Amino acid sequence: MPWLSYRKALNRALGDELARDPAVFVLGEDVRVAVSNVTAGLFTRFGPDRVLDTPLSEQAFTGFATGAALSGRRPVIEFQIPALLYLAFEQIVDQAHKFSLMTGGQARVPVTYLVPGSGSKAGWAGQHSDHPYALFAHAGVKTVVPATPEDAYGLLTSAIRDDDPVVVFAPAAALEVRADLDHDGLAPVPLGVGRVHREGEDVTVVAVGHLVHDALAVAEELAGDVSVEVFDPRTVYPFDWDGLADSVARTGRLVVADDSNRTCGIAAEVLATAAERFDLLAPPVRVTRPDGTVVPFAPALDRAVQPDRARLAAAVRKAFEH
Amino acid sequence: MAHAPDTDVGLYRTVRLIRLFEERAVELVRSGDVVGGIHPYTGQEAIAAGVCAALRVDDVITSTHRGHGHVLAKGADPARVLAELAGRATGLNRGRGGSMHAADFGLGILGANAIVGANGAITAGAAWAARQEGGDRVAVSFFGDGAVNQGVLLEAMNLAALWRLPVLFVCENNGYATTLTVADAVAGTITGRGEAFGIPSVTVDGMDPRTVLDAAREAVDRARAGGGPSLVECLTYRFDAHHTWEHRARVRYRDDDEVRTGRERDPVVIQGARLTGEERERVDAEVRSTLDAAVAFALDSPHPDPAGALDHLYATGMRPRPGGGG
Repeated sequence: MPWLSYRKALNRALGDELARDPAVFVLGEDVRVAVSNVTAGLFTRFGPDRVLDTPLSEQAFTGFATGAALSGRRPVIEFQIPALLYLAFEQIVDQAHKFSLMTGGQARVPVTYLVPGSGSKAGWAGQHSDHPYALFAHAGVKTVVPATPEDAYGLLTSAIRDDDPVVVFAPAAALEVRADLDHDGLAPVPLGVGRVHREGEDVTVVAVGHLVHDALAVAEELAGDVSVEVFDPRTVYPFDWDGLADSVARTGRLVVADDSNRTCGIAAEVLATAAERFDLLAPPVRVTRPDGTVVPFAPALDRAVQPDRARLAAAVRKAFEH
Repeated sequence: MAHAPDTDVGLYRTVRLIRLFEERAVELVRSGDVVGGIHPYTGQEAIAAGVCAALRVDDVITSTHRGHGHVLAKGADPARVLAELAGRATGLNRGRGGSMHAADFGLGILGANAIVGANGAITAGAAWAARQEGGDRVAVSFFGDGAVNQGVLLEAMNLAALWRLPVLFVCENNGYATTLTVADAVAGTITGRGEAFGIPSVTVDGMDPRTVLDAAREAVDRARAGGGPSLVECLTYRFDAHHTWEHRARVRYRDDDEVRTGRERDPVVIQGARLTGEERERVDAEVRSTLDAAVAFALDSPHPDPAGALDHLYATGMRPRPGGGG
């Protein structure tokens, strides 16, 4: 079977949705020449009315997408740098997200905010390395962090078809992941449904985005000692609490690997929900970025604030041996 | 309709309706029936009346936190707008939006917006979508003088000019951004903001509905013909407080002489002078009766069910987890 990279899966999902639904259009900075490669070939195929290069005006083109969506279009905005979401936070969280409720259900705002290259890319330093998915989950904006090429395709497709605003974070560390796939078998993946990548009996590891691959490596590494189940929520908001409950019911132990900051991060929410709802055999453990992280430049310093396999393995052992 | 909104009688009817609506709304704030207060549009009625008279039902508008006038002039039912202010289930937004978010998508009213300047970009997107559909619909963004210092509005003007979008930017320069004067806030001129992007920009008397209508019609015609956006700065005066809390807060930033002079040029009087006494009386009686019925409708309407407080949060019907506690 042919190989498909995560990045190419995003590109394929955009092309398929543009072809399927004339209301879909793509806009953003440098999307015509596809600086990120995610929009490669789309301008040639669909033309200037469907693929719009925008000026460096994040607030305006994000609000523009809301207006177009209110008028029946399905915009997909590509943000090449995660920190640009901070500039457009008002337009996403305070406008697009609030329109449905504030208008008493008159409005639909089907905008997709696609962020390829979120999280640490070694050497990109403080303002290019954030991974702000927890902010959007906290605000109630549908928030997706795919881990694999087939999920990148399937979740981006569902995000575009969803009638609400959805932010899709494609982690930088996952963009080069490749999978041996039947391309014809690519299909939408529903938002809010997690995936067990590896079954296990002793510890459930919840891993978000690229950390799924680290969790799978750790599970393999510990296979003789600890049987690790790897649960990927895929959508951090809404979160598949029932799927996680099933997994924890089997293992009784919980570790969370989350590439957001510790305070008010996704791991914090998983642990809080576990305390309310799950019957655990041992205290849960989380592996996250430190509180209030600003990613430092030097590669060794950058790595020091990322959740890594060594810390995850230690967390699994701690939960198991408690 | 009995009165076309662009006739002298029609313009009078609109300014009269807005004026009386605001007076009744302020009474309901004082009686406690409208919680949270309102930003009265009193004094600025000529702008909403003149601009909306140049529009068709299928054109769209976006509005400000001082939005009642725009919404009414575009054709929203005064009874349902008042019910919305009173937080009733029958309100335009089912009691979920209140004064600052009134919307009626069926009439092209994409919502009043409580973040100053934010609606400019939304309008640009709506105008682009309208053009993609074909036809010659236009989109109007109302905003105040305070908004001309918001980056997002200037970014939106750039997009609208660059892509020749059928947008009418209508600045209601009432002299104050809450309490800050234009002189203390705006470097350069407001029309200069538009001119910098190559947008035809004019300043007109915003107290006279006919003058506003003429300027709006010229801009709308240009937009319909593919001529791109325009900026119309309407010089106006806010007769009342920025917000109804102002009287309680006892803030002072306008002296009595200024307010008295400002109120001398009253859009209702200016437009009323173009009608016979008999015509005025007929319109006044009709508007009074409309508002009497609107107040009764609003106050007789049921309050929304608290169990549905977060209904409509997601267009897909997704239900959020409750806040917990048991």
